[in-house]
This record gives sequence, C-alpha cells and structure tokens, in this order.
Amino acid sequence: MTLETVLLVAAALVSVGLYGALSQQVVVMVMMGLELMIAGVLLALGGFWWFLSPDPSGQVLLLVVLAAMTVEMATGFAIATLLHRRAGSDMTDMATELHE
Amino acid sequence: MTELLQGVLVAAGIATAVLALAWASSAALAVGAGRPAAMALGDPLLEVCRLLRQRRRTTVSADVALWRLGGWGLLPVALLLGALVPWGEEALVPTSLGVVWANTLDVLVWALVWLLGWGANSVAGLVGGYRFLALALGYELPLMFALVAPAMAASSLDLAVIAGSQEGLWYAVWMPAAFAAYLLGVLGFAVQGPLSAPAGQETSGGVLAELSGPDLLVVRVGRHALLGAGAAVAVPLFLGGGSGPWLPDPVWVVVKALVLTASLAYLAGRLPVLRVPRLLEIGWVVVLPLVVLQDLVVAVVVVR
Amino acid sequence: MVETSGVLVDIAFWVCAAVAVGFGVLVFVVDSMARATYALALSFVATGGALLLMQQSYLGVIVVLMMVMEMAVMAVYMVMFMGMNPALMPMSMVHSHRWAIGAAVTTFVVLGSGAVLVPWPTRRGAPSPDVTDALGRAIMESHMLVMMIVGPVMVATIVVGVVLSSARTRYDRFGDDLDQPAADPPQEVR
Repeated sequence: MTLETVLLVAAALVSVGLYGALSQQVVVMVMMGLELMIAGVLLALGGFWWFLSPDPSGQVLLLVVLAAMTVEMATGFAIATLLHRRAGSDMTDMATELHE
Repeated sequence: MTELLQGVLVAAGIATAVLALAWASSAALAVGAGRPAAMALGDPLLEVCRLLRQRRRTTVSADVALWRLGGWGLLPVALLLGALVPWGEEALVPTSLGVVWANTLDVLVWALVWLLGWGANSVAGLVGGYRFLALALGYELPLMFALVAPAMAASSLDLAVIAGSQEGLWYAVWMPAAFAAYLLGVLGFAVQGPLSAPAGQETSGGVLAELSGPDLLVVRVGRHALLGAGAAVAVPLFLGGGSGPWLPDPVWVVVKALVLTASLAYLAGRLPVLRVPRLLEIGWVVVLPLVVLQDLVVAVVVVR
Repeated sequence: MVETSGVLVDIAFWVCAAVAVGFGVLVFVVDSMARATYALALSFVATGGALLLMQQSYLGVIVVLMMVMEMAVMAVYMVMFMGMNPALMPMSMVHSHRWAIGAAVTTFVVLGSGAVLVPWPTRRGAPSPDVTDALGRAIMESHMLVMMIVGPVMVATIVVGVVLSSARTRYDRFGDDLDQPAADPPQEVR
C-alpha cells in the first residue's frame, strides 16, 4: 500500500462513478454514480492525509466531504420525490421538461 | 500459539454467552406473553429440533442470495456486538472506538432486515421490510444520541474506559433517559416486543412470512441474540461493566447482562405491539428531545 | 495499533480495493435495483476498510455506518420510483453509453497517470498517537468554525428536504384551525 496505489484505486472509483452518473437514466442510479465518485475522493483524501501530511486538519477536510455527501443525497432524494409526485417520472431526460 | 488458542477459547466463550442470552431472552419473552415458565424454558430446544427437520419452502423468483444474506447475517452481527463487550479487563476485539462500532453494527441490521423482507418476493415480507426501515428511523436517532451520553461522561469512546469510569454511580442511575432510549433501540434492532411490527402477526409474520426450516431458525435465534447482545453492550455503557463485590469481573458482566436481557425481554412480552406511525411520533417528538436534553445535562455536569 | 507496512496490510488493502472497485462496477451491471444498491453499500464498506488501514479509524467506521444506513434508505426510494418486483428483471436504462465509457476511461487514464507520474513529496510530520482524539480537538478548537458552518448547513438540508418532498402540511393533519385530532393512520394527500 503506497500513495500511488491508493490514488490509482481512488481514480478507478471516480471513473466508474463518472460512467454511472453520465450514462444512467434513473435519478437514483445517477446518484449512485455520484456517491461512487465521492467515495473515490474520500479515499484519495485519506491517502494524501496518511502518506503526505498526517495532521488533524486534513481529517477535518474528510469530515466536510462526508457532510457534503449527506447534503447531496438528502437534497437529491427530496428533488427526486418532488419530480415523482409532480410528473410521475424518475428519468433525468424527463426532468428537462421542468422549465416548461 | 498459546495466544491464538486463548483467543479461540475466548471467542467460543463469547459465542456461548450470546447464545445463552438469546435463550434467556426467548424464555423471558414467552413468560411475559403468558407462557408457563417451565414450558418457556424448554420451548427453544423443541423449536430448534422442529425447525432443523423442516423442509425449505421456496417462493417464485425469490432473490435467494440477498434473502439468505439478510437471514444468516443477524446472528454474526449479534456475535460481533458480544465481542465488543469488555468481559474482563479487555474485550475480545479491543478497540478505542467501541461505541461507534456498536452503533455501526446495529445499523447493519437495517440492511439485513430489509433484505430479509425483500428477498422472499412476497407482499407480506416487503411490507415488513418497509415497516422496519420506518421504525428504524424512529428508534435509531434517539439511540445514537443516547450513546453520546456515556461516551461524553467518560470522555472516551472505548467501552472498557466507559465501564471503568462509573465507580460509585452507574450511568443508568443519572442518565435514565439515555438508558431508556438505548433499551428502546435494542428492542428495535432485535425486532421484539412493542417494536416487532415488521414481523407482525397481522401481516402473517411480515419479514418472517416465507421463511422456513433452518433459515427461520437462524433469524429467530438472531433476533433474540441481538436483544441479548444489545443488553450486554449496555452493561459497560450504563451498568458499570464488571464492577461488583465478591465475584470476579467477567461473572458480574454475565450476571448483569442476563438480568438485563431477561427483564427487557419480559417487559417486551408484556407490552402490546405498536403501529409504526405511532412509534415514529413517540420516537421523534418525545424520546429524541428528552435524550438531547439528557446529553445537555451530562455535558453541563462534565464541564461544570 | 496495527502497523501500516507489511504483507498483511498490503493483502488487506488489495482485498478492500478489489471489493470497492469490483462492486462499484457491479452497481451498473447487475439486473436488480436491490442488488445494485447493496453492491454500492459493499463498495463503501470496502472504502471504509481502506481508510481504516490508513489509521483513520473514526472516519472509516463513520463511512461504513453512514453508507449502510443510506443504502438501506436508498433501496426504499428505488422500489418506490421503479415499481420493480424483486425478481431479477433484465434492464438497461442507459443513454449515451459509449460516450460515458469513453469519458470514464479518459478520466481514469488522466487521474491514474497523474497518481503514478507526479513525484509526490515525502511525508511531513507524524500522526498523533490518538488520531480520533486529535480530530476531536481539531473540530472543537482550531477548526471549530468549519463545524459551526457544517451544522447549520445540515439543518438547512433537513428543512429543504422536508419542504421539497412532503406534500402534507400540519393543516392537512390537524385541520384548518389546527384543532382537529390527528388522522391515525396519517392520510395520504394527493
């Protein structure tokens, strides 16, 4: 386990997540892709923290990323629920009609 | 080599203890529900024999992998909870984050019970699974805030340190709201007594509806073991761990865990099953503010 | 505390890495939404495990705790929105598939080559003996402002979430003058 390997794994997680976020049609699946990307970011930050500069400030940053993740999920689910209630749709393509 | 052997022996001891607690829970619950004590003690053995011989029922296009994962995962979670408890000087798995690990393990139950309801591909099961998640939201938040109180008072997340810091006065005595919310949470993640709506009779067993044979056996044992293990974790958290006169520490831990398990299960047997919306309201409008207030009191006492 | 070098840690890390990435891929491959959700949960558990290996015990455990909880709730949403039965329904709900794969591969190549080629500096300083304790002190002392901002943001998120998603208000529940007994069980408002 070196910094390079940790970052490689993190890069793999981010790109798999990116694939999901770009290609999926269902809102929930898009969010799963975003989650995977954030997991990659978390892992990379953890690696940087441990291998480069293991002082507490870096950990605070990780906590903030975790918090951002929960905010993203909660708001995402709320919007998905709203879309579902209003239009009975859960597809990202249909959400473009929101502006009409 | 001797260390390894010792570890295996301790692990076997903990497994035995958790199973004994499960038995106590099962018997006390039955007594609470009105079964004669002598029969209640023997019932678990008869049930084990019956279920081991029962044929497996299958349902149409069940998601067997997830279904089995949900059912067979409960008992390991209970055993891991037991492994966190410091029986003597140290736990089998000594960790400085015992409280957080205990919380994580009980959150695993969310996934397991839902999968149990989902996997069977049956309406009753899915209803049970949904009910459990709603219920879990109701008990988990008070439970999390309840865990904060002892950790704050001992200024440590280590269960052994928390147990050691209660000389003279048990946390259960001066943190009654946190203790009560914790026990409510234990009933919740064991899906027992008033919080057993996910496995309710009126949905023909809910998450248990399509289970049979050994699969049903492990779920039943797992639920009682979760009750027992949850009570065992409460011993270092709220009941002073192994402290007590005359007897050695591990014996006290076991005695306290047994007494707490039996009384909690008896109470669970006495009480009626509550519907989920009611429980959510109690959990969020009554218990949660009380527990937060309790945390405030503890914080003030600690800082002074 | 466990050492962070040695064969065992390496093996554990590679197992975690394989599970995290493998189940991450499975999320978009499997045919059932339940399996996809719990594959993601497993991927997160493995990520948490990798963090644990880098001595960030508290954050690692918290990642596992949060993500299992979140995935359990996510499963509910996915059934609600998809209306799927537990049977393994073949499904492919993708758009711009090739383009997405291309973007993902490019990202991996760019990030991966960066990870390998950049000459990373050597480590400055050593971790404190109790990392969790140090984190707690950082939050409550030098970095208190960060957490003071995160707190209100969380509360705002709760309010936003409820306002956006709930169709029911207290007037639906208690009547126009808020003097009716609560409907029990709560009524659905359409």
